[in-house]
This record gives sequence, C-alpha cells and structure tokens, in this order.
Amino acid sequence: MSWTEQYDARSCVLLRLGDRRFALAADQVSELVAPSRLFRFAHRTPEIDGVILRRGRVVPVCDVAEKLIGKRLSSRRFYLISTRRLGATSDWIALPVSGDCELIQADLTPAGPSDSPHVAAWLSHDGEVIEVLNLNALTPGMEPQNSANGNPVLAEAQA
Amino acid sequence: MRFEPVHKTPAVRTEQIILFRSSNQVFAISSSSVQEVRSVDSLAGAAMEIDEPAVPKVHHMLRRGERNVYVVNSATHFGLRPSPAALIFLLRKTRVALLIDGIEKMTTMTRLQALSGAFCHEERVWYRGLTVLDQNVIPVVNPLGFLTEQELLVLDAAAGTLIEAEAANAQEMGITP
Repeated sequence: MSWTEQYDARSCVLLRLGDRRFALAADQVSELVAPSRLFRFAHRTPEIDGVILRRGRVVPVCDVAEKLIGKRLSSRRFYLISTRRLGATSDWIALPVSGDCELIQADLTPAGPSDSPHVAAWLSHDGEVIEVLNLNALTPGMEPQNSANGNPVLAEAQA
Repeated sequence: MRFEPVHKTPAVRTEQIILFRSSNQVFAISSSSVQEVRSVDSLAGAAMEIDEPAVPKVHHMLRRGERNVYVVNSATHFGLRPSPAALIFLLRKTRVALLIDGIEKMTTMTRLQALSGAFCHEERVWYRGLTVLDQNVIPVVNPLGFLTEQELLVLDAAAGTLIEAEAANAQEMGITP
C-alpha cells in the first residue's frame, strides 16, 4: 500500500509556478537555492534547459511550468532541488520556481483514475485544492509508476 | 619514533583530455582516443566526397589502407550551427575522423560524472559523461558515438559504389591507380 492511499498528514513543500501553487512531498526535496549559472551543452532532451553545479554535483534543470501551467516561467526566483528515485537509483533534478516555497503539513487525498499522471495526490490548504506532483511522471528519463488502482504514486513511498 | 600512516590516500585517477571547440561550444575527448590531429588543408587532396542523404553529417571520406574513414562534421552531429572547421581528429579504434573548429587546450580531468537519467535521448550515446573544469561543465564525448553500425553500413555501401565508379573512370581514361 502506498502512502497516497492513506488519508494521514504528510509534510509537503508548496511551490509556486506563475499564479498557481503545487506541492511536492517534503522527503523528495533536497534544498531550495538561488538561481546560479546555467550551463548549456548540446543534447536532445527538450525538457532539460541545462545543468547547474551544486555541491560538486551536476544537476539538470527541468522547467515543468510548461506542462503544468501551459507556459515557461518568465522569471526564476529559486531552484527547488528534488530527488527522483526509481528502484535503487536516485538522482537530483532542479525545478525552477517563481516564488517562495513553504513547508506545510497536510492531509492527502489519493489521486483518482481520471487524474493526470503527474498528479500523485491532492491536498487542501488555505481554501485551495493543490496537486501533489509525481516527479517521475513530470520529468524525463523516468517511467511513471502506477499503484494497484492504476494511479501514479510517489516512487519513494512504495512499501 | 614515527608511525606509518594507517590509511593511505588512494591515488586520484586522472585522464588526459583535449578540449575542442565546435560551433562555439567546448567539448572534451580523451587524448587516448585521438590518433592524429591534422589540418583540414592537409587532407584536401586525400578526401573523397561522399553524399549519402541518410547520413548528412558526413560529406567526405578518407581511404586508409583498405579501410574507409568517414569525416563527421561535429557541429552537424551535435545539432549545432555550422561553423568553419579547421582541424580533423582521426580517432583510434573507429572509422571516424572528426571535423572540429579548433583545439582549446589539453588538460587533465579527475572526475567524470555520469549523465543524469533526465537526459534520455541521443546524448546518452554522444557522451561518456560530464566533467567540471574551472567551474565549467564540459561534456566528454564518446568516440564510439559518432556513427552507428547502421550508419556505417549505409556509408560503406555508398563508398563502395563511389570507389567502383572512380575505378571505372580511371580505366576509361587509361590511368592506372
């Protein structure tokens, strides 16, 4: 049973993309950093803008705003460095965000069969219903994973 | 009295690399992968033109003994803007010669970082990984990633026709090769 099937309180990080807010499970977030130099080199993965250097590691930058709000971010205030896990492997990916991030505790509702693959769950905060993101479905190079009822779940939450 | 240190620091593995430019971007290649560096001019008479639409990054080939060596334009290969190439790397253990703009410098890398899984297209074949030099991220090219087996087959077929036509032409004109 994955945690998205439970209705308990979880720590999540709220992030802002343009006018909308989304959430990411807090245990998938490594840190929030100010934009640093973006290194670009030839490649063929359109979702990746380039890479940044963080603590000696090369971290790819993936602007997920186009998929989530339909346009790329005009201004990047921070990079939210997140961890993606698939089986035993994990890697970092930097998500540009356009505003401050907030750590909250919230009750999660599992995603339904009709929800988009990038939705891992839902939460309610300040009268707003917010999508909890499934990073594996949203970023390239990782196959989305499905729970027993066919809905995507967060990779690290699998029992 | 002196004690020998219990832990010896393991020797850092280093690799000699050549930094080269292609269309204003810098790439690295292991020095051990490069057999020869030649100027484009020095190969002007030796190169044969080859035009195979399926492999647009190759326009010339060289005959080295019985082998065909194909000249890959690095800018076209990496999808970059065409730029005036000045040098050719003849690569070891492949039938590829790489057309580049110029050499930046030779240096040493101590760490090669695997390409993140987020890069999931041709770049996984193009590069062995990434290295950080002077706070710059440089892709380290894979010398075996310039032409696929399929592309080599297509080029060999085109080259065979070309060589036969040239031989027939030479015979007609009474020239002995």
